[in-house]
Amino acid sequence: MMSELETNDPLVIAGQTFKSRLLVGTGKYKDMAETGAAIEASGAEIVTMAVRRTNLGQNPDEPNLLDVVSPDRYTLLPNTAGCYTADDAVRTCRLARELLDGHDLVKLEVLGDQKTLYPNIIETVKAAETLVKDGFKVMVYTNDDPIVAKQLEEIGCVAVMPLGSLIGSGLGIQNPHNIRLIMEEANVPILVDAGIGTPSEAAMAMEMGCAGVLVNSAIAGAQNPVLMAKAMQKAVQAGREAHLAVRMPRKAYASASSPLDGLISK
Amino acid sequence: MQIQVNGEALEISEDATLNDLIEQLQLVGKRIAIELNLEIIPRSEHASTRLKSDDQVEIVHAIGGG
Repeated sequence: MMSELETNDPLVIAGQTFKSRLLVGTGKYKDMAETGAAIEASGAEIVTMAVRRTNLGQNPDEPNLLDVVSPDRYTLLPNTAGCYTADDAVRTCRLARELLDGHDLVKLEVLGDQKTLYPNIIETVKAAETLVKDGFKVMVYTNDDPIVAKQLEEIGCVAVMPLGSLIGSGLGIQNPHNIRLIMEEANVPILVDAGIGTPSEAAMAMEMGCAGVLVNSAIAGAQNPVLMAKAMQKAVQAGREAHLAVRMPRKAYASASSPLDGLISK
Repeated sequence: MQIQVNGEALEISEDATLNDLIEQLQLVGKRIAIELNLEIIPRSEHASTRLKSDDQVEIVHAIGGG
């Protein structure tokens, strides 16, 4: 029988509830068919996308992302990937809002350099302030600094998403202690964004108590993305349930699982 | 007259509207968003917004991203 904890444990972001705590990206796939299949297999409800200049005069019948990842079925989360200034990020969010008919949930990321794609916190804070004032619901990509995370929450971001490690690196959660410090102080959902390379790392984030994880490269970069999407879904669910179940205490010495009474030899 | 669309020069007839531009670029019915001289122009205003020489237009769409 399912317990109350399992059946009634939604992820709540800006007042909206979601069953899945796995958020997925749509970048780096071979083609639109693979994108659609992997997103579906992941069970994700929140799906990120990017905003780019339309190719002029080329392939007018090129398939559109929104045809395979329909806004009617998924909660789209437009990102500001590729933006290096607050101004560009704000412009991108406004274009996304127009593109998606007034949809105001966005993933803000303002990057520092191309080698690390590390967030530029000063520009991120500026953009967050402008976007919140402009009525956007901002889920913000940031580093794993607990002070910065708290400030982004105080600005009014609806979720804070620290990196586990560099975007697209698959290096997992490099500083779990900082992610814990961020969660201790947070009143908004904390999601690990960037760095997850395997389902075990996604499960670890969830066991630690993260509200969710955002995964793109680990699925798109797998040899079989659809199978990996399914594995991620299970890992996120397992990690969440383990967090709710509360793990056994760690002990320094052995503790026998079988009774010591009634042994045939002494 | 000449305008800039997505950073490229484009010839368009005098008094053309954003709707005319969309038609010229074969983007009718596509899910796009348009920024004109750094201001978003809502879809409902494409028909009534006239272009002028040297306007800077950005036309964007959704693509895969993380």
